[in-house]
Amino acid sequence: MLSTKYKIWLLKTLIHLGALLPVVVMYYLAINDLLSADPVEDIIHFTGIGALNLLLITLCVSPLARFFKLGFLLQVRRLLGLYAFFYALLHLNNFLFFELQFDFSLFIDEIVDRPYITVGMLAFVFITALAITSLTLLRRKMGKTWQSLHNYNYVLTILVCIHFFWSVKSEIIEPSIYFIMLFVLLYLRKDKFKRWLKR
Amino acid sequence: MLIKIKRNNELTENDVTDESVYKERRKLLKGLGFAGASTLLAGTGLSLNALAKDSDSSFKTTPLKFTKTNAKQITDKLTPEAKVISHNNFYEFGAKKDQPIEYAKNFKVDPWQLKITGEVNKPFTLDYEQLFSSFELEERIYRLRCVEAWSMVIPWLGFRLADLIKKAEPNSDAKYVKFKTLYDPKQMPGQSNRYLGGGINYPYVEGLRLDEAMNDLSFLSVGLYGKTLPAQNGAPIRLVTPWKYGFKSIKSIVEIELVTRKPKTTWNKLAPNEYGFYANVNPNVDHPRWSQASERRITSGGLFARNRIETQMFNGYAEQVAELYKNMNLKRYY
Repeated sequence: MLSTKYKIWLLKTLIHLGALLPVVVMYYLAINDLLSADPVEDIIHFTGIGALNLLLITLCVSPLARFFKLGFLLQVRRLLGLYAFFYALLHLNNFLFFELQFDFSLFIDEIVDRPYITVGMLAFVFITALAITSLTLLRRKMGKTWQSLHNYNYVLTILVCIHFFWSVKSEIIEPSIYFIMLFVLLYLRKDKFKRWLKR
Repeated sequence: MLIKIKRNNELTENDVTDESVYKERRKLLKGLGFAGASTLLAGTGLSLNALAKDSDSSFKTTPLKFTKTNAKQITDKLTPEAKVISHNNFYEFGAKKDQPIEYAKNFKVDPWQLKITGEVNKPFTLDYEQLFSSFELEERIYRLRCVEAWSMVIPWLGFRLADLIKKAEPNSDAKYVKFKTLYDPKQMPGQSNRYLGGGINYPYVEGLRLDEAMNDLSFLSVGLYGKTLPAQNGAPIRLVTPWKYGFKSIKSIVEIELVTRKPKTTWNKLAPNEYGFYANVNPNVDHPRWSQASERRITSGGLFARNRIETQMFNGYAEQVAELYKNMNLKRYY
């Protein structure tokens, strides 16, 4: 039987590889024009969808840990969340660097004028706050407020789904599937939300 | 015999992805087994999925004879052929840009019938061979500006739409021209599968005002880069209106009908606040969800290609078409 410590180490190694390898390969291919005709679009979609996938995976952790009685899983939740932040950071920077090509005034205009980008930016602000406060030191300092801040995880994931849904021209099936997955993950927490409402 | 005269904006060897290299690349990606891993993380439909498949069985095109045109051509750098034929918005063959090249591989274009009908004295039908033989073919290098804010430069082969319309002799009730794409859900999977087809209504319909259609720029294309059109680019015959957003340039046309009333066009019906009937390229009128002031020009080059350029009024064709809209409020009639 593997020791818990070893299991966590193994799982974390897998997460590192699973999150980083695709990024390295995709950027290599994109930089060398080896993807589709428009590598900018490819890399923006890859990092955006990747961030959303990681957010949903993060939301799977506690239900899985509870259901299968695998408490150690909770130990990798922060890592997954940080990789979601990492992908979101890449996504935003791809938009600024490669799509808008450092046209900062256009960047600001787009954030203000385009609701779906406003929503995406808002989600990014939230996830940045969560990423920074994930430091153990800050977590201790913040005490109870830490948990209430990190409950915004649900809000920001909803925002990301809206951002995706709103960005497409007419192909709404894929973003709709993400909404359904998110709904299931939130439904598993319905007791928790009920308790919040009672307070 | 095809006589090829070198153009001043001919691509250098570095600009063109050799087909064999392109195939090698696919094999390489396949070998990496990477498509699976990336799909796991990034969801479906990533371009790699298509790249990792072999392209040996791609849609067959044949060289076309054409007369050189003396009309002044633009000198923008061409978009490499490999990109022109692999990056397509043709929802009948999948709503993702890398899907049409895959799903249109076995599209049958011969036999084909293009009907010219409606308010005309001499309706007629062109069959497949006649698409290439009824009018003198010329090459035109046009900018193509997509409503999604990217653009290409493509050497089309074809003939003036005006020549075709004149042949049918429109009567005095003809005010608009309505175009229809083939409806064949068996061959066009997007028409039968809502997920692939992106949720738009089929058959795809587009339209022009008669004077727009008669403008010298309006072009019916039967080829690109010296060959017949690949299916994913709208084989065997498509419209090209370079001063309008790309979605106006309807593909795989089976019917051109001269009509009295403004036709109801596909994207306009779907989202009238986002896609107008006119859809003229206009940097001053934004799409509600993104700016149209600039665009990314797709040529060769990867992520670091500095390809963002200012969008020009009427996509740079104001001299030829501005007259058509002189008393119109283009903010209202976008």
